[in-house]
Amino acid sequence: MWTIIEQIFPYAIIFTIPLLITALGGLFSERSGIVNIGLEGLMISGAFASALTVNFLQDKMQGSTILWIGLLVAAVVGILFSLLHAFASINLSADQVISGTAINMIAMALTVFLARNITGSGNIRITSGFTPFDVPILSKIPIIGDLLFTKTYATTWFILLVLIISAFILNKTKFGLRLKSCGEFPQAAQAAGINVVGIRYIGVMLSGALSGLGGGIIILTYAGEFTGSVSGLGFLALASLIFGQWRPLGILGATLFFGFASTIANVSQVIPELAVIPPIILKIFPYVVTLIALVIFSKSSQAPKAAGEPFDPGKR
Amino acid sequence: MSYVVEMLNIRKEFPGIVANDNITLTLKKGEIHALLGENGAGKSTLMGVLFGMYQPEQGIIKIREKEVKITNPNVANHLGIGMVHQHFKLVENFTVTENIILGSEPLKGIVLDIDKAAKRISELSKHYGLNVDPHAKIEDISVGMQQRVEIMKMLYREAEVLIFDEPTAVLTPNEIEELMKIMRNLINEGKSIIIITHKLKEIKAVADRCTVIRRGKGIGTVNVKETSEASLAEMMVGRHVNFKVDKKASTPGDVVLQIDSLSAKNNRKVMGLKNFSIEVRKGEIVGIAGVEGNGQSELVETITGLRKVESGKILLNGKEVTHIPIRERIESGIGHIPEDRQKRGLVLDYTLENNMVLEVYNKKPFANYGLMNGAAIKNYAKKILENFDVRSGEGGVSIARTLSGGNQQKAIIGREMELDPDLLIAVQPTRGLDVGSIEYIHKRLIEHRDKGKAVLLVSLELDEILQLSDRIAIVNNGELIGTVNASETNENEVGLMMAGVNKERNI
Amino acid sequence: MRNTIVSLISIVLGLIAGGLLMLFIGASPIEGYTYLFQGALKNIARIGDTLATATPLIFTGLAVAFAFRTGLFNIGVSGQMLIGGLAATAVGLSFDFSRPILILLMILAGIIGGGLWAFIPGFLKARFNVHEVVATIMMNWIAYWTVYYIVPGYFKGEFLETESRKLAEGNTLRTPWLTEMFQGSYINLGLFFAVIAVIIVAFIINKTTLGFELKAVGFNRHAAEYAGMKVNRNIILSMLISGALAGLGGVALYTGNASSMQIGILPSQGYDGIAVALLGANSPVGVFFAALLFGILYSGTGFMNAMIEIPPELANTIIAIIIYFAATSVLIHRLLNKFRKTRSNANDVNGPVGKKGEA
Repeated sequence: MWTIIEQIFPYAIIFTIPLLITALGGLFSERSGIVNIGLEGLMISGAFASALTVNFLQDKMQGSTILWIGLLVAAVVGILFSLLHAFASINLSADQVISGTAINMIAMALTVFLARNITGSGNIRITSGFTPFDVPILSKIPIIGDLLFTKTYATTWFILLVLIISAFILNKTKFGLRLKSCGEFPQAAQAAGINVVGIRYIGVMLSGALSGLGGGIIILTYAGEFTGSVSGLGFLALASLIFGQWRPLGILGATLFFGFASTIANVSQVIPELAVIPPIILKIFPYVVTLIALVIFSKSSQAPKAAGEPFDPGKR
Repeated sequence: MSYVVEMLNIRKEFPGIVANDNITLTLKKGEIHALLGENGAGKSTLMGVLFGMYQPEQGIIKIREKEVKITNPNVANHLGIGMVHQHFKLVENFTVTENIILGSEPLKGIVLDIDKAAKRISELSKHYGLNVDPHAKIEDISVGMQQRVEIMKMLYREAEVLIFDEPTAVLTPNEIEELMKIMRNLINEGKSIIIITHKLKEIKAVADRCTVIRRGKGIGTVNVKETSEASLAEMMVGRHVNFKVDKKASTPGDVVLQIDSLSAKNNRKVMGLKNFSIEVRKGEIVGIAGVEGNGQSELVETITGLRKVESGKILLNGKEVTHIPIRERIESGIGHIPEDRQKRGLVLDYTLENNMVLEVYNKKPFANYGLMNGAAIKNYAKKILENFDVRSGEGGVSIARTLSGGNQQKAIIGREMELDPDLLIAVQPTRGLDVGSIEYIHKRLIEHRDKGKAVLLVSLELDEILQLSDRIAIVNNGELIGTVNASETNENEVGLMMAGVNKERNI
Repeated sequence: MRNTIVSLISIVLGLIAGGLLMLFIGASPIEGYTYLFQGALKNIARIGDTLATATPLIFTGLAVAFAFRTGLFNIGVSGQMLIGGLAATAVGLSFDFSRPILILLMILAGIIGGGLWAFIPGFLKARFNVHEVVATIMMNWIAYWTVYYIVPGYFKGEFLETESRKLAEGNTLRTPWLTEMFQGSYINLGLFFAVIAVIIVAFIINKTTLGFELKAVGFNRHAAEYAGMKVNRNIILSMLISGALAGLGGVALYTGNASSMQIGILPSQGYDGIAVALLGANSPVGVFFAALLFGILYSGTGFMNAMIEIPPELANTIIAIIIYFAATSVLIHRLLNKFRKTRSNANDVNGPVGKKGEA
């Protein structure tokens, strides 16, 4: 049993990280009051942008710098895409779910359209991504060292840092307080002189940046190729957000859960102990658990109260 | 005497209507100034202009004798103007401190300095006798306390001019007393206050001067001491108002509604109605008096079937209806004028015609074998709308949303009365309406009583309860405090009971 | 009327955006659109293919629109199509009844499969107030993996692991006289069923007490509850009907347009249904025409791609942009208002009466 855990742990973490950062993006958007089901599309746009950037630069430059440039571009493109959603749901009071769906559809179609035009096949391949490394000293610690500090990616540590900063911003700073007030009761924020529209724009743009990063990390760590999809990870991130009850640490727990569940499902065939379970059960397990969690949380949901409601500053 | 605020010849238009037409209001330093007008007269708009929420088309605003442009609430704050809105602007799952500092947060480095803020709030609270706990969550404190948090918000920002928008609507008589005391305290500390209201008694009790507006026009400003309630009322409405409702003595018959030790949970999952018992007879109006949130909604919703009963019984004409579906209750003779006409009473995006058959759309002749009969619905709706003088742009095919509040309410009342229910439950039937509509609706309710039907009236306006009811049941904290005959009681007694004091218990 | 104008403007804006995209990749929009429309409508066979392409979209558009009318956002049409299609395919592959009976059974299976898949989120919404958007998304992925394992496990194709066996010619919705009439097109009976569904749904929504209730629940569930309607039952029923329509879409797609099921794909028609419903302003007739338009876009891009090498994803992109413009129709409304105001003078403004200064 222990060896199984030891074996799958690094893979589970690798799978968790893009999910975590995207869900964190969703957190900023929803706590500012804008529901964002366009996370999937934002991830795809980030994946596309990073793949394209790295593909373009890989002949011209060496080293991991291009990978970080790729991630930066992914975040920027994520922001640009998220502006479509922000404009629709904040300025035009559009139905946020429909606008998010449109974002998903635009990202899926447009990226493949462009990719096909560039490469002919619709896929964009990169020759090298981030390489896993063992953290010096720490990886020598018994048990923990093996689990947490071997075969890690630089991006993993980077994203964990983002998580800590996010939790700090949300709970300790002026911006965090204002962001939360806009998601709970924008009328109160407005009466206190807070620019609700501005805060919500920042929330949505953060979701774009972080989801873009999430998409980029998929490409630059384990995927290695852009194929026009992130296989529903954006939706899983959305589920993690609910599962984690709109709190950073909750999201960490939820995404770890999904990371492990998916990894187990993926490797079950090669591990004898798991091969007895029909793969279909393992595959649908995360989704079924999400449904059950939704039922359990339905009584005491911590969802931001104003999320999804258009806010018209002119109306009282 | 110097003026802190001068609003001169203010005009504000909204598409289709002139909300404020050449209104002038001046506030002296250290006075309590009442702004009086009917619902829809333009009071809130005028104060919205002062608070920077609307820009006037014409007129001048001077603060401390300097002309200013107040382009948004922040500017108003900087000028020392603060406002307690009628609907509190508080984030429910934030603490008192977080709510107060929101928008002007003290920092230590880049971190919020909650401790410093909490300390200052404690000091202010002590200084003005507000007794606010800075660490309590808003969702856990009473409405009266929430209002004090709103007041603290203004004091924290060192506002000099305090605007109160209908501050007493949500308070118990006791809390109103307290509020008046706080207001006088504030004046002694050098603040100036504008209080928006349509309650004449409160103006007499607390205000120095009073500006009256009617249908967007300024009628005049008077010294309260030199004016009677009657003349204030006449200024407000534009004609002589007879506040007495004409009605004969009641002749109660058989019991229509009988409630036996009924208990139900409120939205927070704790008991909101406890062991409640009451009877309503044919030919009488029973009024439920109480401050908002003391079990009235739970009572009404359990009778109508919108809320689950935990224990106890409800009998209609001797037949138990405690657990039957809503539709069966309607069919067995319960009519319901709901508290929130836009949330419950109407499908705002449906036509008036469709709204008039909202409860009977599936009955003959409006439907046959599941097929709707448009012509029958049209005729039925037309009759109601004419009978109850509902005015709309395009008659029956108007979308309900486009009607004014008064006409929406008349349409609902017409619909419910057309069903000729044995028991009519009217909840806040005149909330937010002008005096003309109020008189009309009162007349109709009494007519229903005189037809030998039972009426259960729930209202937060004590005056309305006292005028219309034959008997009055007083609720506090979900319990029945007592029942009194309307002809043998007065405002003081009922007010005391609303605060939970039972006369029998005291003797 | 106004809705129609808004939809038409959305379409024009979407087509303009598509044109800009073609310019961006160095192609000529005029040429591109010429080939696109030729590809969709040039001859009778292509028209047949276009109608066939539109058929599942009519169903999915109806499914989304029907749920919308009850205030529900069924984003799980893809999953419901998969399950409906799977059920129908399973029946078609497993039984050997006479053609009319088999087709009828397949359709029933599709209705039940899709309906069941939508019933679950409907029930969760009604009973536990679980948001149907998240629930239906989860159901999509459960359907995806269900098909992923059931098809190779029980209905594996002769050559490929990733496909089911092909249905026998007589066990699909295709029918010789239609194929002949449209000169070899893959148009099939699905189109007739779709038209019938449009009529039935329009009838239910506009003429029946059920429609009256569903719409009331959609506009204001509190008022519906107050008036004695069974809100929860209506929510479940609405999802059930919506899912059944989606399931029929799956039947049309997998046993009409195609004759086998592939694994590893969530049918995009499910998401396109949202666009179809929006563009059709949630009215059944509007849905019909919107689906035809999308049918043209999809069916024409293949030819366009073959002629001038514009990627076929252009159609998806245009549709996605149209849905964005339809979602932000407020913008178009505002522009229309401005346009009207500048044309006619301010004296005949028919603004809403209910807006008042005081709340």
